[in-house]
Amino acid sequence: MRLVLFTLALLAAPLIAPGLSLYAPAPALALQPDEILKDPALEARAREISKELRCLVCQNQSIDDSDATLARDLRILVRDRLKAGDTDAEAVEFIVERYGDFVLLRPPFKNSTLILWIGPGVIFLLGIIGVTLWHRRRREAVAAPVAPLSAAERDQVDALLAEKSDR
Amino acid sequence: MLRPITIIPVAIFAALAAVFGVYLWQVGPGGKDISQIPSAMIDKPAPQFDLQPIGNMPETLKVPGFKTADLKGKVSLVNVWASWCPPCRIEHPVLMTLAEQGIPIYGINYKDKPEDAIRFLSQLGNPFKQIGVDNTGRTAIDWGVYGYPETFIVDASGHIRYRHVGQIYPHQLDSLILPLMKQAAQSVAGDARTGTAEAGGS
Repeated sequence: MRLVLFTLALLAAPLIAPGLSLYAPAPALALQPDEILKDPALEARAREISKELRCLVCQNQSIDDSDATLARDLRILVRDRLKAGDTDAEAVEFIVERYGDFVLLRPPFKNSTLILWIGPGVIFLLGIIGVTLWHRRRREAVAAPVAPLSAAERDQVDALLAEKSDR
Repeated sequence: MLRPITIIPVAIFAALAAVFGVYLWQVGPGGKDISQIPSAMIDKPAPQFDLQPIGNMPETLKVPGFKTADLKGKVSLVNVWASWCPPCRIEHPVLMTLAEQGIPIYGINYKDKPEDAIRFLSQLGNPFKQIGVDNTGRTAIDWGVYGYPETFIVDASGHIRYRHVGQIYPHQLDSLILPLMKQAAQSVAGDARTGTAEAGGS
């Protein structure tokens, strides 16, 4: 049981401790000075949105990180949407309508992504259940009282032992 | 008799190996490009735009600008291209072949200099019925474009039916593009018969 708990703790550690990533270097900004909005509140919102949108050219960077032309165009587009009075959700939706859910670095929780979100948890639970069952059955097997030998069995054992010592 | 506890891990391994195997086959010998993203625009109406023609086009190449309404009434191709894009140059003869077969091809000239675009077309020919200039890249974003060239099949009701990322190879004409265009033509005809064809398509 202690082993199971230890394994659990190890697996949970990265979930609890993302704040401990002290070694993240300060990245060079892809954002160009001419893109930055005059209104600091609007600009802050734009930065947050940009960090959540995938650059479709590089695919593993957000548009906030990417130097690709399309990323720049999308950053400017996000800012234009905000200036036009869109909420954050509306600005994101505007991009998703054109590029699909793939543009979101954090996949949304919906029917088509159910396996993605639930799958690992289900497999983990199945594993836990399996290990628990196996442990329990083994414990029962060890703890089960051993019935004493019957007279016939005893005779059989004696005969076998006698046979062996004859050789 | 094998107990389930012995079979389960082997079964899980076999299932995973099968899934990974199929995937590996697809990206290897299967030739699937995993960097390609499915388009969110499929079966949606083409976006609204009204693009200017390329400036100072010589009379021999001259074609009008390009707007959403031009797409109505027939199955057409929309090609997003630029003179600075190498695969566009390689793809161009394929577009010329399609144009010779009488297929309407519309061009969106993406972030290009007019003189470069004109030089490109005068060297390689102009397959486009109409060309709209997209200098800001906004129209391309409205189409969901992320790589160049990209080609869309738009049906007679103005809905996007297929998106091709990257160049169209000559062998893909008969195996992919033309059958899909035929399919787009038939399904719209079918819709019209049952009376569900969208007249407007905003």
